[in-house]
Amino acid sequence: MIKYTVKRLLQTLIVLFGVSLVTFVMLNIAPGDPVGVMLAKRADQETIDRVRHEMGLDKPYTEQFIEFIRGAVVGDFGDSYFQHKPVSEILAGAFRITASLGVWVMLFSIVLGLLFGISAAVLHGRIGDKIIILISTLGMVMPSFWIAIILQIVLGVKFKLLPISGLQSMSSYILPTISLGLIYAASIARLCRTNMLDALNQDYVRTARAKGVSEFKIVMQHGLKNAAIPIITYIGILIKSILGGSVLVETVFSIPGLGKTMVDAITQRDIRLIQGCTIYIAVVFVVANLTIDLLYGLLDPRIRVTQEG
Amino acid sequence: MGLLKRKNDVYSALIEGAEGVAYTSFYHDAMRRLKKDKIAMVCLFVVAALIIIAIFAPFIAPYEEDYMDVGNELARPSSEHLLGTDEFGRDILSRIIFGSRVSLMVGVVAEAIAVFIGLVVGAIAGYYGGKVDAVLSRIIEIFASFPHILFAIVVMFVLGTGIMNVFIAIGVVGWTGLARVIRSQIMQLKQKEYVEAARASGGRNMQIIFRHLIPNCLSTIIVVATMNIPSDIMYEASLSFLGLGVQPPQASWGSMISEARKFIRQYPEYSVFPGIALIVTVLAFNLLGDALRDALDPRLKNL
Repeated sequence: MIKYTVKRLLQTLIVLFGVSLVTFVMLNIAPGDPVGVMLAKRADQETIDRVRHEMGLDKPYTEQFIEFIRGAVVGDFGDSYFQHKPVSEILAGAFRITASLGVWVMLFSIVLGLLFGISAAVLHGRIGDKIIILISTLGMVMPSFWIAIILQIVLGVKFKLLPISGLQSMSSYILPTISLGLIYAASIARLCRTNMLDALNQDYVRTARAKGVSEFKIVMQHGLKNAAIPIITYIGILIKSILGGSVLVETVFSIPGLGKTMVDAITQRDIRLIQGCTIYIAVVFVVANLTIDLLYGLLDPRIRVTQEG
Repeated sequence: MGLLKRKNDVYSALIEGAEGVAYTSFYHDAMRRLKKDKIAMVCLFVVAALIIIAIFAPFIAPYEEDYMDVGNELARPSSEHLLGTDEFGRDILSRIIFGSRVSLMVGVVAEAIAVFIGLVVGAIAGYYGGKVDAVLSRIIEIFASFPHILFAIVVMFVLGTGIMNVFIAIGVVGWTGLARVIRSQIMQLKQKEYVEAARASGGRNMQIIFRHLIPNCLSTIIVVATMNIPSDIMYEASLSFLGLGVQPPQASWGSMISEARKFIRQYPEYSVFPGIALIVTVLAFNLLGDALRDALDPRLKNL
């Protein structure tokens, strides 16, 4: 296990370094001088040169990159060009908002997904099962930003039940959670249904039935338990998808989370903020992946062995 | 595909003639299975219809893409404008019809770029193994470490907006999945006897990869590419929705939804229509991809 852990940690470090390199290279070949954008057309060449020097932008790229990595290791991404605040401070605030949205989305999609998935498996082949399959198939292809707008129209504008933008109270989270969570709930429902059906067709379930174990116990103990591993794997994917999906949903609902910060930074060409955002999100994702992998290694020795070789 | 099928026809005719046994090739078998799948046939029909609509958009659409019916802005559906008009008085139905071009082109061009990168990286990693594989696998992992849409946004920022750049951004983002599958398939295939035979008869590495190994992955490539198309279409819509993709006046379903967002009070139905077009397209490709997978390569089910 120690060998496996060390190997995965090393791989993660390499990946994170690569992510930083890719981000840095991409953003520094982007056309448009950030200082020129920042000072608009007011400044003359002398001022631009002075500001470039103050910000260290006249140094060679290799030196800038080393400085950037040195800062990134301790979580310092420099100051934002426009907000005149440290990028790390902006990101920490935005991350809290996206994280709480993410937690709501996960709770919503897991509860709804399991509920529908278990019902479909129990009702296998009957009309209820077919309706759930139909709904979840549709749910998987509806774009979150479109659901968001439809919810805004119906619940916000028509019936004036819920706030349609901003983040004033807890109820502001309801619509974003539903619009982002539906697609994941649909995926979880399908995943849960397929895996539970696989399990419920096994011989040991027939034996349990023959022994007279109650149907409820069979569904929960044999069915759900076997569906658990694929669902846990899916949660890893879920974290990545929520981070990506937040970009769209936060924009629609004007929620100042990581996604909206990123989109705003792009429109303002605030390169330091974009850099910080990208790496922040990649780190969150990579660390989540690592944790899941290590948990697996702990739970299932087979994975550990095949990956060590 | 066409060539392959004809070749198989010749082969099966030869064999049937010689032995009088019905011979079905792998692709024939797959096609037969696909034809039995009713949902797949409906989806195939929808996709074909979409392709026809996209190609013949100027003849099908009642108005030009950017014709403005001045004085008739944000009109409700009527016999004149079946789905109403947008804030400039442009016919929404016509713009949805023209928007299908962008979506389908993204599905084809962006996916072609992704397949090319994924195939080359995956094949080389799988064939050479060892250190080459270790390096390439890390590169795959690095590119898979960003949420796709986020990565696409950064690429769009670097390249600037416009439809060509949308293709590149989505292609550069979406190749890692295929690369992984191809890598593991080639790792298995390279142990086969015919590869050994090719090597013994003096085949060079590149020849073996491109003449023997990649053609044997063809069904996998078809399945993975078809299954990626709906998400490519969705990424384009998302980028255009954020204002980073296709630029006005060119119509794209994503940017139409984004424009409609400003008018949810005056004309709420406006945002509904392009969304439905997007959903139908994505759904058709999704189900078709599932059916192709079941027909061609059921092993990819856990993907």
